[in-house]
Amino acid sequence: MKLAVMVNEGPYQHQSADSAYQFIKAAIDKGHEITRVFFYHDGVNNGTRYGIPPQDDRNITQQWSELSKKHGLDLVVCVAAAQRRGILDADEARRHGKSGDNIADGFRISGLGQLIEAGIQSDRLVVFGD
Amino acid sequence: MAMLHTVNKSPFERNSFDSCLSHAKAGSSILLFEDGIYAVVKGSSASGKIQKASGVSIYALGPDLKARGIGEDQIIGGVTVVDYGGFVDLVTRHDSVQSWL
Repeated sequence: MKLAVMVNEGPYQHQSADSAYQFIKAAIDKGHEITRVFFYHDGVNNGTRYGIPPQDDRNITQQWSELSKKHGLDLVVCVAAAQRRGILDADEARRHGKSGDNIADGFRISGLGQLIEAGIQSDRLVVFGD
Repeated sequence: MAMLHTVNKSPFERNSFDSCLSHAKAGSSILLFEDGIYAVVKGSSASGKIQKASGVSIYALGPDLKARGIGEDQIIGGVTVVDYGGFVDLVTRHDSVQSWL
């Protein structure tokens, strides 16, 4: 079955990023297809590679990047939510005259249309958030 | 149209659990996870409300019970404990998913 996932909460805030990650892993293990993971609101903070959690803690962003690499997950960060919170890729940084970008491997910045598209093209949309 | 409702906040913190209960129709299911699992702890004021939701199946996520030190003997009867794989099965088995955030 085709499943789309939306994450509306930042990493290390409550538990939504972890729940979404565990849900997606279980869904892939069962042979389902994850059409897209859409990060909205504070969820865009999952996509910065500049986070440095303590060594004995999980690195949520790195977990996403690794899962994306392994299974070809499409991790999409909402552009408007990202700009407000300082999540930039190279193009956005250049466009806004910022000195660097911080988007993590496997993530890409795009618009809200990607959420609508994922909703239309998937059998289910599961939302994790605050 | 069987719908899966998910609640991830404690009934003592938000009213999402109450909203969910008052909207869930017979034949639908409610999955409690994260702090939402506190709704099924035996003896709590919230767990009494579940008994009134007739025809609605109640599920709780096992890993989140365990993470909060709540054993399966400490939750009310009639609740099915599932793991993340069971969460996925609930999503695919129902026609749609409503997350009460």
